[in-house]
Amino acid sequence: MFTFFVRRLVTLIPTLVFVSMLIFSLQQLLPGDPALVLAGEDPSPEAIAHIRAKLHLDDPLPVRYGYWIAGVLQGDLGESARTHQPVLDLILQKLPVTIELALLALLIALVISIPAGIVSAVYKGGALDTGATVFALTGLSTPNFWLGIMLILLFSVELGWLPASGYVSPFENLRANLASMIMPAFVLGNAIAASLMRHMRSSMLQELGADYVRTARAKGLSERVVVLKHALRNALTPVITLGALELGTLLSGAVLTEQVFTIPGFGKLIIDAVFNRDYAVVQGVVLVTATTYIMLNLFADMAYFMLNPRLRK
Amino acid sequence: MMNHATTSNPTLTPPTLKKEPGPWLRAWRKLRRNRKGMFGLYVVLLFIAMAIFAPLISPFDPIEASWSAIRKAPTGTHWFGTDELGRDVLARVIWGARASLLAGVVSVAISLLTGVTIGMLAGFLGGTVDSLISRATDAFLACPFLILAIALAAFLGPSLTNAMIAIGVSASPIFVRLTRAQVLQIKVEDYVEAARAVGCHPFRIAVSHILPNVTAPLIVQASLAIASAVIAEASLSFLGLGQQPPDPSWGSMLNTAKNFMDTAPWMAVWPGLAIFVLVLSFNLLGDGLRDALDPKHR
Amino acid sequence: MKLSYRTLLAASLIACLPFLASAQTLRIGLAEDPDMLDPTLARSFVGRLVFMSLCDKLFDIDEKLNIVPQLATGYEWSADSKALTLKLREGVTFHDGEKMDAEAVKYNLERHKTLKGSSRSGEVRPITSIDVVDANTVRLNLNTPFAPLLAVLADRAGMMVSPKAAEALGEKFSNSPVCSGPFKFVDRVAQDRITLERFGAYWNKDAVHFDKVVYTPITDATVRLANLRSGQFDFIERAASSDIASIQKDARLKFSKITEIGYQGITINTGKTERAQSQPLGQLAKVREAFELSLDRAGIVQVAMDGQATPGNQWVAPNNSYYSKNVPVPKRDLVRARALLKEAGITNPTFTLMTPTTSDSQKIAQVVQAMAKEAGFNIKIQSTEFATSLSLADKGDFDAYVLGWSGRADPDGNIYNFIGCKQPSNYSGYCVPEVDALLNDSRSKLQPAERLAAYQGIAAQMNKDRPLVYLYHRDWLWAYTNKLSGIREIPDGLLRVTGLKLN
Repeated sequence: MFTFFVRRLVTLIPTLVFVSMLIFSLQQLLPGDPALVLAGEDPSPEAIAHIRAKLHLDDPLPVRYGYWIAGVLQGDLGESARTHQPVLDLILQKLPVTIELALLALLIALVISIPAGIVSAVYKGGALDTGATVFALTGLSTPNFWLGIMLILLFSVELGWLPASGYVSPFENLRANLASMIMPAFVLGNAIAASLMRHMRSSMLQELGADYVRTARAKGLSERVVVLKHALRNALTPVITLGALELGTLLSGAVLTEQVFTIPGFGKLIIDAVFNRDYAVVQGVVLVTATTYIMLNLFADMAYFMLNPRLRK
Repeated sequence: MMNHATTSNPTLTPPTLKKEPGPWLRAWRKLRRNRKGMFGLYVVLLFIAMAIFAPLISPFDPIEASWSAIRKAPTGTHWFGTDELGRDVLARVIWGARASLLAGVVSVAISLLTGVTIGMLAGFLGGTVDSLISRATDAFLACPFLILAIALAAFLGPSLTNAMIAIGVSASPIFVRLTRAQVLQIKVEDYVEAARAVGCHPFRIAVSHILPNVTAPLIVQASLAIASAVIAEASLSFLGLGQQPPDPSWGSMLNTAKNFMDTAPWMAVWPGLAIFVLVLSFNLLGDGLRDALDPKHR
Repeated sequence: MKLSYRTLLAASLIACLPFLASAQTLRIGLAEDPDMLDPTLARSFVGRLVFMSLCDKLFDIDEKLNIVPQLATGYEWSADSKALTLKLREGVTFHDGEKMDAEAVKYNLERHKTLKGSSRSGEVRPITSIDVVDANTVRLNLNTPFAPLLAVLADRAGMMVSPKAAEALGEKFSNSPVCSGPFKFVDRVAQDRITLERFGAYWNKDAVHFDKVVYTPITDATVRLANLRSGQFDFIERAASSDIASIQKDARLKFSKITEIGYQGITINTGKTERAQSQPLGQLAKVREAFELSLDRAGIVQVAMDGQATPGNQWVAPNNSYYSKNVPVPKRDLVRARALLKEAGITNPTFTLMTPTTSDSQKIAQVVQAMAKEAGFNIKIQSTEFATSLSLADKGDFDAYVLGWSGRADPDGNIYNFIGCKQPSNYSGYCVPEVDALLNDSRSKLQPAERLAAYQGIAAQMNKDRPLVYLYHRDWLWAYTNKLSGIREIPDGLLRVTGLKLN
């Protein structure tokens, strides 16, 4: 068990190095002179020269990579070329927001996908199966920015029930915080509900076909008890661990949802930074997100390993 | 006297061996019985037909602007209304099927091409090559998909073609992993060992023995990937990186329409609905294929 | 003494009253996230909106673009026009308590000149030295007369920051700026909000009716308006032109329409690189004239901006006092356009029109493409991400480019950098010595009549060469709750917070 963990941890390092190289080159190879964009409306030659020197733009690519990595290893992720704020500060400011959004979205996704998966498995092939599947697939089949805007128009402008945008810290006002997060969390959670539902369905089907279920039925237990009390418990395990993995997808989907709902999380930060050629911000944020995702993968693997008695010899 | 009619009974005929249906035929039959999957298949085919026959069925030219008919609600002439430059929305939805379907299919074709090739290399060659490829794939998968796609699309320049390349490349790691896993599993099967022992060229082994057995899960993943590629094109268009005006694509139509949700909701409803139906159908089809092709699924 | 319960209650209510009455926050929705909150380094239009509350300037402008006093109460040009003496307002302090006096002004102007990466260095280049005459009088010495100087001092170059804070923080000043405006900086959450609170010692504090101002950037215009509608914002800038009809119908909202001091137009590569010579639009002035004549500006305004703009053909709007009436806005003339092309020998010229991916620019490009087609032009639209388009323009790797400019109070800010020889924003590569001479004239003559004469000469020459085709001047569209009063419709598109009241 321990060796398994250590071995996986070791393979993590080259992956992280690759991630850093990947994101660095993707940014630095973007066309357009960042100095011109960052100089904004007042591109005096002195301002441009100053930006070029500060960002080492005239040095060759490997040298720039070296500067960046050296900083990262010392805990300095650079600063935003646009606002001069340190990237690490930006990340720490936004991390709690993104985490809260991701967790709420996951919760909503589970609330949608688990019942849908159970219904779909139990009534396999019938109209309810189709109904539950289509319901769960709706989230995956609509662009989330479009769904977001529709929801804003309905719940904020028409009905006035929820705020159209913005974010209030839960420590400031929990009610306002939830009011501002529920729509974006729904939009995001909806999108991953489908894949979770699929896993739930196939996992349930597997359990329902197992011997112990046949025994339980033979014993005369009602179908409801068989399904909900016996099969479900075993079927849930892989789904929960897979749910943790979907956090990676959530970070990707959050990009546009945060833009539409103006939630100050990573997603919005990255989008603006890409278009403003604010390299340090994109590189720093993606490095942090990728590392988190890889660690999550590792823990999910371990959890799956430990929780599933069949895999543990 | 015993008269056993064993040899000369004219009504007895030797039993004929019924031919076992091949795995593909079996899968097709299973799919036929899956209502959801077939619905998905029919709708997808409908959209493909719409895209191919667009010039024949479209009531108007999709890029012809008309200054007098700006943002008109649906009427007898314009069933879906007109957009912000006076173009017929129905025509743009019909022609837009081409862009959206292309975006979906071509991106996934690119993903398959790159993903399967690299995955085969990794699985087949093993050793350091495999390690390198696996770590690189992990790295790709760890970065948020949309960010990769945005960065690539921005790098290549905003256009539908470049969006397809960007989405295709960003989505290929899944296929690398899938192919590699399958290859590793099949590599140790007896018939492959046998082929090797006989002296078959590795390339031939790869193509004739391994590849056919990899196809099933790839098909399932591909149809699901097409669904998410169509959504990805819409997302890139939302950011101005996909299909450029005046050519129509449902994603870019949504992008313009979002500014007119109040005044001209028909501009957003129809392309949004089109995306929804197409993507839902690909998803249903993919699920149906998975049920039909995967031996583990009953 | 025993206080009865009723007395206590009454006392506490009375104590609360002023608190309740004055706990007013003004919430403003911006179209983008501002960049650095440091007047010396700032480079964006949207940042200037925040500066209106945070940093006072030497001068301000009014609705008619006249220079009015703010930190400076009066000015006087020397006889040879090479020195400007400013009289400063007395008793003004910065947010940290430091005195705003002539020494502070000298420090600030020198900071604009010398700080590494300063975006103001070009604007204050004509100032060679600054003399502190007395505590409230300062003299700016120029190497040559410079008429736009006052307008420059009515923008970021005239914003005064506390020398003590600037020295202490250096380049990190933008993380906690210290100025002398009606509100002081509290905090900033990137892309979420900028919070300012009332500065008790402000020299004009009676005109300030809020305790807090919060600026929130929301890039999507639909969402920005939705926020205003649902009551989360009191004011939004740059409402979408297509939303004007529904804003007018909403009884809870009011709106303002102000003709901008900037412009939208098409810059043509006439000499920046060899590419100009490779296609007819860059090569021949006749082709450019035909192109302009094929456009119906009123139609473009109607389709692309829902009528919320004023057609124009110069770097200032037709109602501006520096507009050259000798070159009026041309009407569409397809017949003449086709004749010109025939004269030039090219009946179907082809070129690529580069446009950033913003929706306004793309609309312009599509409409222009359709209109010019009727005269025989084959225009290919090349949509490019904004950052890339700037680079391509800078390198001269384009034929024509849809580009706007947010505008400056003095017309010099709209023309000098764009058509002066080798100037940084001169993407068209235009370089005509006579025009340069007229440009220098327009800067160095202080009398408006003389400046206008120079501009008329420039307009006439540009009408022959056409390195730019100006299309229109947008309306700044502000939408706000009907409870907000005291809005001043100043053409720079920046909201002044003093005088605003929320009922």
